[in-house]
Amino acid sequence: MQGLDQLKETASQTAGPYVHIGCVPNFCDITGVFPEDLGCRMVNAHTKGERITVRGRVFDGTGTPLRDALIEIWQADAEGLYPGPQEKRGMADPNFTGFGRSPGDMTTGEYVFETVRPGTVPFPDGRPMAPHITFWVVARGINIGLHTRMYFPDDEEALKADPILMRIEHQVRVATLIAQKTGEAEYTFDIHLQGPKETIFFDI
Amino acid sequence: MSDGSYFQRDRGWHPPAYAPGYKTSVKRSPQAALISLNTTISEMTGPVFGHNMLGELDNDLVHNYAKPGESAIGQRIIVYGRVLDENGRGVPGALVEFWQANAGGRYRHKKETYLAPLDPNFGGCGRAITDEHGGYRFRTIQPGAYPWPNGVNDWRPAHIHFSVFGHAFAQRLITQMYFEGDPMIWQCPIVKTIPSREAIESLIAPLDMNNTIPMDARAYKFDIVLRGRRSTMFENRKEGN
Repeated sequence: MQGLDQLKETASQTAGPYVHIGCVPNFCDITGVFPEDLGCRMVNAHTKGERITVRGRVFDGTGTPLRDALIEIWQADAEGLYPGPQEKRGMADPNFTGFGRSPGDMTTGEYVFETVRPGTVPFPDGRPMAPHITFWVVARGINIGLHTRMYFPDDEEALKADPILMRIEHQVRVATLIAQKTGEAEYTFDIHLQGPKETIFFDI
Repeated sequence: MSDGSYFQRDRGWHPPAYAPGYKTSVKRSPQAALISLNTTISEMTGPVFGHNMLGELDNDLVHNYAKPGESAIGQRIIVYGRVLDENGRGVPGALVEFWQANAGGRYRHKKETYLAPLDPNFGGCGRAITDEHGGYRFRTIQPGAYPWPNGVNDWRPAHIHFSVFGHAFAQRLITQMYFEGDPMIWQCPIVKTIPSREAIESLIAPLDMNNTIPMDARAYKFDIVLRGRRSTMFENRKEGN
């Protein structure tokens, strides 16, 4: 029989405790190599949309915050367009990167992103998905990066109609994907790797 | 051109989240099943990183942290390869970031406690963007092996960490490259999190004497495979692909 001539994806390995050296070197005092850390600024003075701050921590199964994680986010602009070349629906805000990378505080583990509230983007069948931010988490002890999403608590109607959230059998877990509003234009999204509050992670 | 959804990840090929031989994974591994979904535009798009962000020495770890006229200590090597997708096509414009310990096996990080000395001329990080065929290349020094507090006598084989950004958030991958012939590879609890020997072998870079720089540096080839995409049949392009 003929083969399919397909390759296997390279196996993942943990990012280890020193992922900061490679991904955010300035953060860990390796300065002078790269002018600034990738993903450290998502917006500038001209970015359109409602400015928001998203912060949170990643907790392990004992409730201890991780202090060596790296969080990356990817999101649409205020109009719901992605600032990447695969976006075919229109031109995203050139003053918005859509991509953020945060190492979290080395003592408290808190990550912070200054961004804009994302617009609505469509599910493959055309139905609107509730506004969300895509998260990717790596750290020592995480063997393959974890994908999740953050949704906004103030989008009640859109959350009820979201094609992904509606499909989740254990509706009691949906709350783990919804941030808390903790201030004017400020949201807190804690990620739990294990335990009764374990965040939903996706195999996408 | 394939631009459908991404192939599903083979979770039996990648290391499982819970791998007790690697102790840190025990309390950091999700226990509920992952929720599977076909990739949406949120995962099929991703940021693009241009060559304009690269500095001249970004792919030269021998010099990018060194004082003028000096260089990092250690055996000089070149690491090169291609970033491919599961269909065997080169992935152009991929951002490849890499980091590693110095020749003595010590990282430049304030939380690093290993007793090997720091090399004042070695930072340990670099990056490259793949060319139109998916090719990348950098120069560095051979990293050292080092002990780590997992078992009482566990050592990491010499390795280089790789973070790869392809065309979509769905392709995001972090992994490690190991060196041909290193007996420590098969002892390492982190390597052993990967279930298949074949998958482990795909992380081992062979020595390539034809790509050395004589009297300067040896070369290792390391190809990286990112997820492939399905084809989409279009209304106006019925032939597909």
